[in-house]
Amino acid sequence: MTMTFDPSTLFAIFFYGFAGLLVISAVRVITARNPVHAALFLVLSFFCASGLWMLLKAEFLSLALILVYVGAVMVLFLFVVMMLDLDIEHLRRDFKKFLPVAFLMGAVIVLELSIVIIRSFIGTNAPVQVMPEEVAANNTLALGRLIFVDYVYAFEVAGVILLVAIIAAVALTLRNRKDSKTQNIHEQVNVIATDRMRIVKMGSDMAAKQDTRGEKK
Amino acid sequence: MNITLAHYLVLGAILFAISVIGIFLNRKNVIVLLMAIELMLLAVNMNFVAFSHYLGDMAGQVFVFFILTVAAAEAAIGLAILVVLFRKTDTIDADNLDHLKG
Repeated sequence: MTMTFDPSTLFAIFFYGFAGLLVISAVRVITARNPVHAALFLVLSFFCASGLWMLLKAEFLSLALILVYVGAVMVLFLFVVMMLDLDIEHLRRDFKKFLPVAFLMGAVIVLELSIVIIRSFIGTNAPVQVMPEEVAANNTLALGRLIFVDYVYAFEVAGVILLVAIIAAVALTLRNRKDSKTQNIHEQVNVIATDRMRIVKMGSDMAAKQDTRGEKK
Repeated sequence: MNITLAHYLVLGAILFAISVIGIFLNRKNVIVLLMAIELMLLAVNMNFVAFSHYLGDMAGQVFVFFILTVAAAEAAIGLAILVVLFRKTDTIDADNLDHLKG
């Protein structure tokens, strides 16, 4: 006897699993007491989102999300959180005070978004537009064709934005330490021989006298 | 049981609402504020990918790609500013950011 699963049932099971975990971890991100825990829950929510994108056959973006976010951005977050010596109690003091305002704002957002979604999308059951065969077969190839042909200028601008981010981050956090050994090019170029070397004239028999004279000075 | 576009849109809306609530709850803690912004961008990206799949158009995924790039740059600069702030004031309380008297 073999168990057969309807593919759409399997899809639904995975969707609800990932979505539930995503919502739970997102709630934990904003309520966690310790910022390190918040960062780790954010990593979990990125993993869940990547699973959901994999279900939608966006393989390249799903893997890029893990590589870029979990591999780079979240490690950066964790480094900063652990490097700073935070006074968590002080930062959490007004947490309860903001609770009513936060839920009011949350309710407003939920209301607005649900009006839009219910009126436009729920129940319409629009048929899924299938992608062309050659696009669906190789997601990375299709995405690469779009990026490097149709959106190549935007792609180059994205590169410039990353360059700006690198330079800005380095320029912001760089600081000159007083005890670090650095070169002063201006002083080095403008040096003249007499600053560095003194020529002393002395006869061979005068050596003893010179020594005593030197000591007296 | 079919998962439709609306399912993904509702999930994106829930995620966005959670991060808005998070911004209000953690008004003082700049690190968690940055994390809430990352969650918001994730919600937006979720909508883009869902529309891209259900409308059969790859262009949506290109936009997600660019949003990821900009989000990475934003996180790097934001954290750099955070480090500088912590060096100056010894705390990351957003209430201390009032030197401009705005």
